[in-house]
Amino acid sequence: MGFIWFYIRKIFTLFKCEVLVLPSRVALLVFVVALLLIPAFTQDPYLLWVLILTAIFSIFAASWDLLSGFTGQVNFGHALFFGVAAYTSGLINVYAKVPNFLSIPLAAIAGVLTGLIVGIPCLRLRGTYLALTTLAFPIILTGLIFALPEVTGGELGISGLDRLSTSRVYDYYITVVLMLVLTTIMWKITDSKTGILLHAIREDELAVRAGGINTTRYKLLAFCLSGFFAGIAGGLYAHIMRTVGPSTLEVALSFQVIIWSVFGGIVSIYGPVAGVFILFPLAEFLRILPKVRMLVFAVLVLLTLIYMPEGLIPWIRNKIEKECPRCKVRSIATRKTCRICAASLD
Amino acid sequence: MIQEIVINGLINGSIYALLAIGFSLIFGVARVVNIAHTALYMAASYFIYLGFDYLGMSSLLAALISILLTVALGLVCYQLFIKPIREHESAVLIATIALAMVIQEIFLLAFGGNYLGVPPLATGYFMLAGVKIANQHLLVLGAAFLALIGTWFLLMKTRIGLGIRCTAQDREVANLMGINVNREIMAALGISVGMAAVAGAIVAPLSVIDPHMWLHPLTMMLAIVVLGGLGSIKGSFISSYILGFTEAVVVFALPMGAFLKGPIALSIMILVLLIRPEGLFGVSFEEER
Repeated sequence: MGFIWFYIRKIFTLFKCEVLVLPSRVALLVFVVALLLIPAFTQDPYLLWVLILTAIFSIFAASWDLLSGFTGQVNFGHALFFGVAAYTSGLINVYAKVPNFLSIPLAAIAGVLTGLIVGIPCLRLRGTYLALTTLAFPIILTGLIFALPEVTGGELGISGLDRLSTSRVYDYYITVVLMLVLTTIMWKITDSKTGILLHAIREDELAVRAGGINTTRYKLLAFCLSGFFAGIAGGLYAHIMRTVGPSTLEVALSFQVIIWSVFGGIVSIYGPVAGVFILFPLAEFLRILPKVRMLVFAVLVLLTLIYMPEGLIPWIRNKIEKECPRCKVRSIATRKTCRICAASLD
Repeated sequence: MIQEIVINGLINGSIYALLAIGFSLIFGVARVVNIAHTALYMAASYFIYLGFDYLGMSSLLAALISILLTVALGLVCYQLFIKPIREHESAVLIATIALAMVIQEIFLLAFGGNYLGVPPLATGYFMLAGVKIANQHLLVLGAAFLALIGTWFLLMKTRIGLGIRCTAQDREVANLMGINVNREIMAALGISVGMAAVAGAIVAPLSVIDPHMWLHPLTMMLAIVVLGGLGSIKGSFISSYILGFTEAVVVFALPMGAFLKGPIALSIMILVLLIRPEGLFGVSFEEER
């Protein structure tokens, strides 16, 4: 019994001293709990539908951040991973009758392979060249899809996929829990040694190479990881929509994911997730003014960028929290001294 | 068929050259990847439609006024939205995308999603070696060449052009030498948007005008610019004709060509980049780290 009490007390202390002291961590906790409890209060199918799509797109946006934010290899054609995965799961589910718990992992593997195929030619390119070249791949694939309508269904796409699960609430829990798990994994990846190396490559590739690190391997790894997570998002999307069309490869989707991520704040994983959770439902609810929906959306993004160019979430975070100049631990902005080392915060 | 390919290739190539050189210019001078470039090209087409159909101007007057209006629009957008965030590279990227969407949505709101058209400036056609050549096509080619030569003259033979080229080469040193960098950027932007507007004005009678007409030229323009080497005007010029002719050949010679014209042009770009990562005529900028 003593052990159990010891651990419970330890967890409680950790919770009190590490979570409750920082507003950002409290906000994260509230967000996760709220997300998990929503079906207990309302089972409105439309609301759940919007949240399911939001969760899928936040996996997708976070995977863009993993590649483009952290390694600095700006990907203008991120819809490629999404579309390839969606088409993979669609094709093997409809034609080969592979059940959905297998087709989604296979879609993720397709995403990894796409990452390899795209990553290898792109390794020699940097900056704007890379960004503009990656834009080309989904357009090439869209052309092929239109040119081969017997297999891919052309403009109409493939329809008649299996449902993800038997009810809307199960769908919701599957996608939301997967979203939370996968984004946590991505966050942990960016916090690990690999993530730090990716960040270093973004800042100064030459210096990293001079440090004896095979940057090529890490850049390719970033492409594959990003393809993997985007692939899961694509597979989920295919089974939720139950139809896969060329819209999953559109330039507009690639641009959309960049808008979400930059709005939320890149190089943070949580920024893009927050960006999707703010902008996607907003765009849905603006449906009441269908004509000006995109206009309002774009103007909002423009204004946000002018006033907070580093993104919404980092901007808010810097307002409510301060980083200690000595030990680099964050404290709430109302404190005069650092909560760990008591150094003055100003 | 060969004559059709030649005519279409020349027209496509010239229009892409107008777009790509403008894009290249503003990238070289201000390091702004202007996704909204072809949205401004669309704006010019719409202004012509507005002037011609609603205000009853003559086509020529409508074209001239639309070019001026588009340049003004481009400069205002730059001052309002791009200039405050120019140091944040990713923010500029998103801002231009959002700007393009705003322009698209405004025209969608104002004119609806219908396909609109304006009548050609020149009617009639003549026969050349057994093929019909519309006078409008000749006019388009002439206007495009005139605009291209005018830009070349402006960039190579005038003081403004010299300033722009200096700024493109090295902004800091240009600044130290007493060149007003901001003014040069505005001048380059004016020229760049002006070329896009000319392209939009001469393309309006040839094709339909709709709020999504900027997407295909955008991808082609980006492919051309990357193929020719970013910031290289000569490269943009030559690769516009390469990809313009490729598009024409694919459309006329392959089954399903209309779907494959974009993909094949882009595949050529990727193949070239595999061999020469800096594009055909890549200029090496000072190491930007």
